[in-house]
Amino acid sequence: MIGVCGRNERVPVNQQQAGSSTVGESRYQFLWPRTTAKAATETGAGPVPDSPALPSSPGRRAGPGQRRLLPARASDFLPSRRSWAPRPPAGSGAASASPRGNRTRGFDPPHQSDTRTIYIANRFPQNGLYTPQKFIDNRIISSKYTVWNFVPKNLFEQFRRVANFYFLIIFLVQLMIDTPTSPITSGLPLFFVITVTAIKQGYEDWLRHNSDNEVNGAPVYVVRSGGLVKTRSKNIRVGDIVRIAKDEIFPADLVLLSSDRLDGSCHVTTASLDGETNLKTHVAVPETAVLQTVASLDTLIAVIECQQPEADLYRFMGRMIITQQMEEIVRPLGPESLLLRGARLKNTKEIFGVAIYTGMETKMALNYKSKSQKRSAVEKVNQNWQKMAESTPERWQQQGERFKSAASCLKALTNSCATQGIREPELYKIEVLEDKILRFISDFLAFLVLYNFIIPISLYVTVEMQKFLGSFFIGWDLDLYHEESDQKAQVNTSDLNEELGQVEYVFTDKTGTLTENEMQFRECSINGIKYQEINGRLVSEGPTPDSSDGNLPYLNSLPHLTTSSSFRTSPESETELIKEHDLFFKAVSLCHTVQISSVQTDGIGDGPWQSNLAPSQLEYYASSPDEKALVEAAARIGIVFIGNSEETMEVKTLGKLERYKLLHILEFDSDRRRMSVIVQAPSGEKFLFAKGAESSILPNCVGGEIEKTRIHVDEFALKGLRTLCMAYKRLTSKEYEAINRRLFEARTALQQREEKLADVFHFIEKDLILLGATAVEDRLQDRVRETIEALRMAGIKVWVLTGDKHETAVSVSLSCGHFHRTMNILELINQKSDSQCAEQLRQLARRIKEDHVIQHGLVVDGTSLSLALREHEKLFMEVCRNCSAVLCCRMAPLQKAKVIRLIKISPEKPITLAVGDGANDVSMIQEAHVGIGIMGKEGRQAARNSDYAIARFKFLSKLLFVHGHFYYIRIATLVQYFFYKNVCFITPQFLYQFYCLFSQQTLYDSVYLTLYNICFTSLPILIYSLLEQHIDPHVLQSKPTLYRDISKNRQLSIKTFLYWTILGFSHAFIFFYGSYFLIGKDISLLGNGQMFGNWTFGTLVFTVMVITVTVKMALETHFWTWINHLVTWGSIIFYFVFSLFYGGILWPFLSSQNMYFVFIQLLSSGSAWFAIILMVVTCLLLDIVKKVFERQLHPTNTEKAQLIKANSSVKCLDSMCCFSEGETACASFGRMLERVVGRCSPTHVSRSWSASDPFYTNDRSILTLSTMDSSTC
Amino acid sequence: MTWSATARGAHQPDNTAFTQQRLPAWQPLLSASIALPLFFCAGLAFIGLGLGLFYSSNGIKELEYDYTGNPGTGNCSVCALADQGRAPPIRCSCAWYFSLPELFPGPVYLYYELTNFYQNNRRYGVSRDDSQLSGLPSALRHPANECAPYQRRATGLPIAPCGAIANSLFNDTFSLWHQRRPGEPYVEVPLERTGIAWWTDCHVKFRNPPLVNGSLALAFRGTAPPPNWHRPVYELSPDPNNTGFINQDFVVWMRTAALPTFRKLYARIRQGNYSAGLPRGAYRVNITYNYPVRAFGGHKRIVFSNISWMGGKNPFLGIAYLVVGSLCILMGFVMLVVYIRYQDQNDEEEDEE
Repeated sequence: MIGVCGRNERVPVNQQQAGSSTVGESRYQFLWPRTTAKAATETGAGPVPDSPALPSSPGRRAGPGQRRLLPARASDFLPSRRSWAPRPPAGSGAASASPRGNRTRGFDPPHQSDTRTIYIANRFPQNGLYTPQKFIDNRIISSKYTVWNFVPKNLFEQFRRVANFYFLIIFLVQLMIDTPTSPITSGLPLFFVITVTAIKQGYEDWLRHNSDNEVNGAPVYVVRSGGLVKTRSKNIRVGDIVRIAKDEIFPADLVLLSSDRLDGSCHVTTASLDGETNLKTHVAVPETAVLQTVASLDTLIAVIECQQPEADLYRFMGRMIITQQMEEIVRPLGPESLLLRGARLKNTKEIFGVAIYTGMETKMALNYKSKSQKRSAVEKVNQNWQKMAESTPERWQQQGERFKSAASCLKALTNSCATQGIREPELYKIEVLEDKILRFISDFLAFLVLYNFIIPISLYVTVEMQKFLGSFFIGWDLDLYHEESDQKAQVNTSDLNEELGQVEYVFTDKTGTLTENEMQFRECSINGIKYQEINGRLVSEGPTPDSSDGNLPYLNSLPHLTTSSSFRTSPESETELIKEHDLFFKAVSLCHTVQISSVQTDGIGDGPWQSNLAPSQLEYYASSPDEKALVEAAARIGIVFIGNSEETMEVKTLGKLERYKLLHILEFDSDRRRMSVIVQAPSGEKFLFAKGAESSILPNCVGGEIEKTRIHVDEFALKGLRTLCMAYKRLTSKEYEAINRRLFEARTALQQREEKLADVFHFIEKDLILLGATAVEDRLQDRVRETIEALRMAGIKVWVLTGDKHETAVSVSLSCGHFHRTMNILELINQKSDSQCAEQLRQLARRIKEDHVIQHGLVVDGTSLSLALREHEKLFMEVCRNCSAVLCCRMAPLQKAKVIRLIKISPEKPITLAVGDGANDVSMIQEAHVGIGIMGKEGRQAARNSDYAIARFKFLSKLLFVHGHFYYIRIATLVQYFFYKNVCFITPQFLYQFYCLFSQQTLYDSVYLTLYNICFTSLPILIYSLLEQHIDPHVLQSKPTLYRDISKNRQLSIKTFLYWTILGFSHAFIFFYGSYFLIGKDISLLGNGQMFGNWTFGTLVFTVMVITVTVKMALETHFWTWINHLVTWGSIIFYFVFSLFYGGILWPFLSSQNMYFVFIQLLSSGSAWFAIILMVVTCLLLDIVKKVFERQLHPTNTEKAQLIKANSSVKCLDSMCCFSEGETACASFGRMLERVVGRCSPTHVSRSWSASDPFYTNDRSILTLSTMDSSTC
Repeated sequence: MTWSATARGAHQPDNTAFTQQRLPAWQPLLSASIALPLFFCAGLAFIGLGLGLFYSSNGIKELEYDYTGNPGTGNCSVCALADQGRAPPIRCSCAWYFSLPELFPGPVYLYYELTNFYQNNRRYGVSRDDSQLSGLPSALRHPANECAPYQRRATGLPIAPCGAIANSLFNDTFSLWHQRRPGEPYVEVPLERTGIAWWTDCHVKFRNPPLVNGSLALAFRGTAPPPNWHRPVYELSPDPNNTGFINQDFVVWMRTAALPTFRKLYARIRQGNYSAGLPRGAYRVNITYNYPVRAFGGHKRIVFSNISWMGGKNPFLGIAYLVVGSLCILMGFVMLVVYIRYQDQNDEEEDEE
């Protein structure tokens, strides 16, 4: 079940040295066969002409023993895949995704050569028979601009945006033709926007430059001219020998030359690259491994030939040609000697390596997908509207032309009059443009300019500002602040705030995202008795017959065990029991592939347990964290694994050192799902210890408490613990001989080695005696279960994508609530062929149809997935859509991204969100609409490449349900309100054209035209869109179902859009025709009989409009802080003050004084006041009526939730029972919740199943629900 | 320990009401219970106001006469015919006779009304130079380009006042004669030709250029009147305070109207015996018919109107108030019904459980 030694990265050094026969044991693939020194000299030292063709022509080398020479396919990402069988080439879908996939096949124009030749320490041959290759330097560049290209490039980028380009065109048109408005009205805002954006982008790029400089300027030590030179990271050249000390990060891709160890090995963790936390052993070739000092390295003359850089982290092919005593030795180089940039040296004092790929050519850099600009759905909708609105002026224009043609009769008349020389209203003489076509174009453009205000540039400014300023609230949120790690939420892309409210699919990484990435030994079952580890002691859990208070049977440590009288078992069985326990823990501490390293006395260990446990000098490193946890647990109990030197394993039992001779390791593989070791005890006895999933151990057991253990294992699994069974077998020497012989035969077999080995393993691992079972917890992060549950209640589909093994993934899925026990779990794993996969898929689809009562969960693994995605995408999606939970295991990083892309482009076009913490999640984070990085232990790659970074998975719920919801509501209202207010703004202008011969006469003064969107109506909506909380955040968080109210972009649906638009039009009609009828036959509105002109008319309309639009915003506001009051009433007051001021002065720099005293005259008219009041009230009446009726007749869930809040005040929330005055409201909400969730649905059952868990104490909504369940179900 | 405590929370966000989005706030909900009284109150208030406005508007009297001169509509048709001729007779005069059976309460205002005249045409509307009209000597000689084609005469002389608006100045004139009793001679009713334009317009915005040697005519030397004018701008009125750019007829005309049918104030009648209004009797309006309108299908009207505090006669506002007020009350009742029914439903639902 658990990866016992699934990722055994321990490349057996001794095997490598032993000779070619054992090379096959290594999982690494060697491109060049080990050639002897002689053979190499024959080939010559220069670039081998046919070597690049090697990878591309596997056929040439076809042969039984040569299969491993095949280049690794990208699907071999999965490091522990054992099968070397050639897969169908297309199966490696990821290969084509690799940007440099072509290169390895040898068609590579960009570089002169398919290989690069690197002279170590840049000691070029003296004879001059070489052409030095050019390599780029070691600078990492993530910035976009330089000082020089900033202005042109940034302008280009900005005008690539449709909106900016549109405004630029409008501005240019205004410059060219005789337009109703001054070019300043659109030029100034555009200039402002462009400038502000440029400053913002420049600042961001400056930050990027800084971080680049930090990375590039990091100090490194390079061997140059016989000494160690301290230099900067960016100065590393290809061929430089670099020294790396412990815990440092490799600054470039290096080929290991030597380490402080004699065998030239070093340990490396690639956590920040691929998320694997285990230690990997890398080895140097023997010839260089001895060169452990700077001085001796100086004598090295060697050349490395290797392929050109490619993105595949696990593939490297090259060779090193070492000139030693006038003889050339050729050594193959594989991934085991390549140290990748970004990986960290562990457990080794220092190493020397030669840089072969630098800067942007390192595998790390190549693995970053260029980050494309993500745009939110709202913005896209926005753009669609824009297109629509852009077409409207044309439509209006056409309409206008039609009316114009009617008017032209009149014009023709007057024109004829003009020719007769009779005096006519002279206006008609002013026809400068005689050409009809020119005239038409000019008119058209003038209308375009006049109506371009419907898409104001201020909309973009406001949206940008809202997003930028609004995103601060995420960083400021104390609820998203993780105290232990002192990390607050981080917003890297503020463009996507509202997208957080639209998420339909959540793709999450498992390790480090859902879990803490810390395994902890929890329980075990030894010989049919369950124990729990509490504070480093084992406490029996089972029903002990006469245990009394404070006298619990402790199995503290073995001394206790041996002398303990607390075991209430019969004395005669006691020794037996001890023996069993002893054996159990021996098995735990022997049967593993854990590595150990003594911490240097000066070093600071980073083992998590090391500080508080006795053997503080020990650090365990294991490919599987489970193993590590087990060995650590055994150490706590008292059986300490000291180390393995050569062929022995040392175990300290109760302070007594015991040496076990390690005879064989039967490694883990996913078919057997177990591993075993054969050891020789100090006493000479030979044991076989086996460890594995219960499904693979229990059937092979013949003795021990099988049934009890099985029950215990099930109990453990129910708790979400990862279980392993331990068994042993005593081997007689005769048996051992047989085993030994058969093993040797199988291992040296030339044909069908795999099958033979499997046979032998099976032969060996049988007739076992069960020792017991262990239960390890990969500690879930806090509140993961509730978060996933909440996500599901919110209608979000959760997919777990993990690189982990199937069993591990399933067990974690179960424990984190992703899968429920009640779920019907479908599996699509280990599909080898296309047809098989299709068949399986069809079967699954059938099963889903047949038993539709149960919820379905789907488990897919990487290989099956790539098969399924290749040919049967539709079928697969069909199955997926019907599953409430999907788990993808064994996923390569690019595969994760592929799955997301698949969902993204599915017909519903759902909004996806990816959460991950490691570098292996980066591609997925960048692919998803919203990428969230967990700032975890595995570096900050994910956090840096994400749109949002949070410290813990649980913060997702607040991020989505509160921030996402708010931002969505805010931006949706912002956008629609903007359209509304501009419809209000432009429609009277349009209507006026019917009364002014379509002469493009503006109704409002151009200052008003400009300031309407900038000053008079901008602040209330901006403040609204920053502060609005239509529901209390606590309510939002505790009722995830409210999230469904805004799903599918509901607030921006065509219906709501229509409502706003119609509202805008009707308001505009009221303003315009209200004013029109008020003036009637242009009667006087003043008490002194004087007349108003057209500007007063426009100002009247404008005044009504400003007030109405502002008060409409007030009606929308549910959260009135003092700032809202200030800006709302302030806007109206500002309008009046400004107008009085603007109209009160003859402005010397204005050419026309149209507005002089117009506003004051308007206000001196009683009729105007009455009209203003009437029109404002009439406009809002419509809206209020609609709102009240809607709330009364068909309240949405959101509105109901608002009601709760309003009726029951804060106390209701805190006390959970709203039985004061909000009783009815709460009851109705309860009913609503019930309706949404559906009574007695499986989720409920499962929820009550887990009701005993302590998780729900804080989650009120779920508590409500469960109590409700009990009453209604 | 203190330093470690501060170091620990180095990135801890501030716990303020603003950053935590916990600003104290009023959270109103637009529910029926709030809206109901609001609607009733507003409805009643509006109906009250509407009644007041309606009666106030109803008290206003208007008397208007279309003197465009369509055939058979009075003696202005002669002039109208001439309107179509090539050269209209200057000072074609006609008259409108009417009688008032009772006092037309004052103060009475005399308006002229033009229809189908698009003073709000954009190209027409911009064809003026405000700085010239404000008496700036430099602008007087160099009219703005917007005035084109009425910027300069063919001779090159700058036009003052320039532009299409000025060029199309309304130049019909009216005089009002009153016959107290039949047989008595007509007495001219004094028409007050000032105070018809906004005070700020004819005192601040419009200014004559500085006098040269005390003479306005000299100040305008070197300029030409607009082509359609028969006399230069400084001879618009014999009154030195009402001539030139500050001539109130001119100023009134320069305030372009909003709609194609518009009235402009011609004179106020508030002097002597006529300060209380036009007494009953027969009246004659002498019209000098200069301004051609039939060419563009327009009409010319002459309007006598008295006004209230809220302006001229327009029942719209009162009616609108009444309609909206009744709507409010109607909505209030509908809402009340819905509210009560909703409550009932609610109770029923609770009963069911």
